Amino acid sequence: MNIVVCVKYVPDATADRQFESDNTVDRVGVDGLLSELDEYAVEQALQIKEKAGDDTEVTAVCIGPEKAVDAVRKALQMGADKGIHVVDDAIAGSDAVATSLVLAKAVEKAGPADLIVCGMASTDAVMSVVPAMLAERLSLPQVTLASVVETQGDQVRVKRDGDTATEVIGATMPLVLSVTDQSGEARYPSFKGIMAAKKKPLETWSLSDIGVDAGDVGLSVAWTEVEDTTPRPPRTAGEIVKDEDGSGATALTEFLASKKFI
Amino acid sequence: MSEVLVLIDHVDGAVRKPTYELLTIAKRLGEPSAVFIGSGAQGAEVAEKVKAYGAEKVYVVDDAQIKGYLVAPKAEALQQLAEKTSPAAILIPSTSEGKEVAGRLAIKIGSGLITDAVDVQEGGVTTQSVFAGNYTVQAKVTKGTPIITVKPNSAAPEESAGAGAVEEFSATISDAAKGAQIVASQPRKATGRPELTEAASVVAGGRGTAGNFEPIEGLADALGAAVGASRAAVDSGWIPHTFQIGQTGKTVSPQLYVAAGISGAIQHRAGMQTSKTIVAVNKDEEAPIFELVDFGVVGDLNAVLPAAADEINKRKG
Ligand SMILES: Cc1cc2nc3c(=O)[nH]c(=O)nc-3n(C[C@H](O)[C@H](O)[C@H](O)COP(=O)(O)OP(=O)(O)OC[C@H]3O[C@@H](n4cnc5c(N)ncnc54)[C@H](O)[C@@H]3O)c2cc1C
Ligand SMILES: Nc1ncnc2c1ncn2[C@@H]1O[C@H](COP(=O)(O)O)[C@@H](O)[C@H]1O
Repeated sequence: MNIVVCVKYVPDATADRQFESDNTVDRVGVDGLLSELDEYAVEQALQIKEKAGDDTEVTAVCIGPEKAVDAVRKALQMGADKGIHVVDDAIAGSDAVATSLVLAKAVEKAGPADLIVCGMASTDAVMSVVPAMLAERLSLPQVTLASVVETQGDQVRVKRDGDTATEVIGATMPLVLSVTDQSGEARYPSFKGIMAAKKKPLETWSLSDIGVDAGDVGLSVAWTEVEDTTPRPPRTAGEIVKDEDGSGATALTEFLASKKFI
Repeated sequence: MSEVLVLIDHVDGAVRKPTYELLTIAKRLGEPSAVFIGSGAQGAEVAEKVKAYGAEKVYVVDDAQIKGYLVAPKAEALQQLAEKTSPAAILIPSTSEGKEVAGRLAIKIGSGLITDAVDVQEGGVTTQSVFAGNYTVQAKVTKGTPIITVKPNSAAPEESAGAGAVEEFSATISDAAKGAQIVASQPRKATGRPELTEAASVVAGGRGTAGNFEPIEGLADALGAAVGASRAAVDSGWIPHTFQIGQTGKTVSPQLYVAAGISGAIQHRAGMQTSKTIVAVNKDEEAPIFELVDFGVVGDLNAVLPAAADEINKRKG
């Protein structure tokens, strides 16, 4: 079986994330890392491989700037077998439509995949649409937001919390799968894993390697345009009281009444 | 005026409130046409409801053949409707399914997509809240037919009579779209409380509840609020994941948000920071949640919440 995991390199959520003057996300000035939510995708891919126990191969694919290769390395350290980093100046500023195009072409070139595993959302854009777009581009079914994943041969069954119901979804490979942070803690790279990763194949591809026209991606041709970004005005400091012998409840009730919540 | 397609958000024909918000927004962009993908037999009933919020047309797509399949068939139906109507925009509720339908549709019709808008102005300029609510972004779709997914509570639903003309639309659904099947489905148990993402008030509990959500529920009921939770409470198994608020849970933007026994981690903030009024009850005066509050009580939630609930219930008489 061939499994491809899509991993994104994102600015650290706990750092001060910013925008560039052209309203694109600052991916250079802020420390980046493999999106935490994609670690769950790598973990599930590795578990499926371990369960299959045959010659299943896991390939991590990342689209992003030079530094984004760190995300691929981390996936290799966790246990992925191969890494692919698609980097090209022309990609900068791509939106989800363009990103899904590059990903689709990279996945195609990586060889026929039985399973393409994504995270539930990127921690910077948080759109949760790339897996669906990728499935559309590859003409595959999508099974998304799985909290429990089971595979048997080419059958996939997942459990997920839908918008209005808890559902069990079934589908046959090949397909695109996305997993949530409920799917099980991601492993830490072991020392052995870190050493082994250095010897694993890691390829760097440009747009021409995967047959994408530079004119179809990037900021200048984005399908959406950000006109303005504004930092949220700091919240004005509120009133804070200490509860002493029930005074807190009264003060809280007064506040809620003054705001007409009662 | 061009039509604006609005995908109706419903559960077995029961129209959910965000639909009316979307119709209200659609009026700013053109002539609202509601799209009902559901049981054909319910079409007329649904049309009556959406007509009151300005739907001029109601396309009824009978889902008998596609009900058990995820996302792709709905995207195909919308694609065919878009080709027929050349709409000025397509508005879709920002649920997880809605966003995926929008994603597939965007690729199919070659259009740009904006997700999670909290407002849409004339001309299709959207407002989004990003980076855990630390930035607001104004954006626009620049290619194709703007597809915009809109979050709940993004507009106050305005009643206005539309013609509500029902038109059956039979979409041709490919076999390829029927790849992912819903094998089993367990509808969420009704809690008797408001829906989390739609509620005007939310009371949320975290690790500080130590597993006892009674004080949270008591205050929620006194305020007519929905109940929410932090991931720590969910991971501890105290409350199902569907109640989680934050980056990997639900995003809420109510008039009133009460956080009790929640420290205020960045991932939690991501789901509640845009609430209008924020209140916290926490034992630790250094808890980061206090940086966000309009009103905070440093104290034990097990004492403060039940006493406050009592006082509120008394005032209400
Ligand atoms: C990828 C990722 C995604 C995440 N997604 C989410 C998410 O969607 N939502 C989310 O919430 N978190 C999320 N988290 C987790 C987040 O980082 C925090 O760990 C979590 O929010 C902490 O929950 P808490 O505030 O309930 O617990 P804690 O941080 O342990 O805080 C408990 C608070 O309760 C107070 N307290 C204790 N006892 C009492 C009492 N008797 N009365 C009053 N106060 C009391 C304490 O002073 C403390 O401030 C995510 C983390 C990661 C890495
Ligand atoms: N630049 C990228 N490189 C690799 N995978 C990506 C990239 N962008 C998005 N993805 C995948 O798509 C998922 C959802 O992303 P998004 O739709 O941006 O929230 C992520 O969790 C990744 O698995």
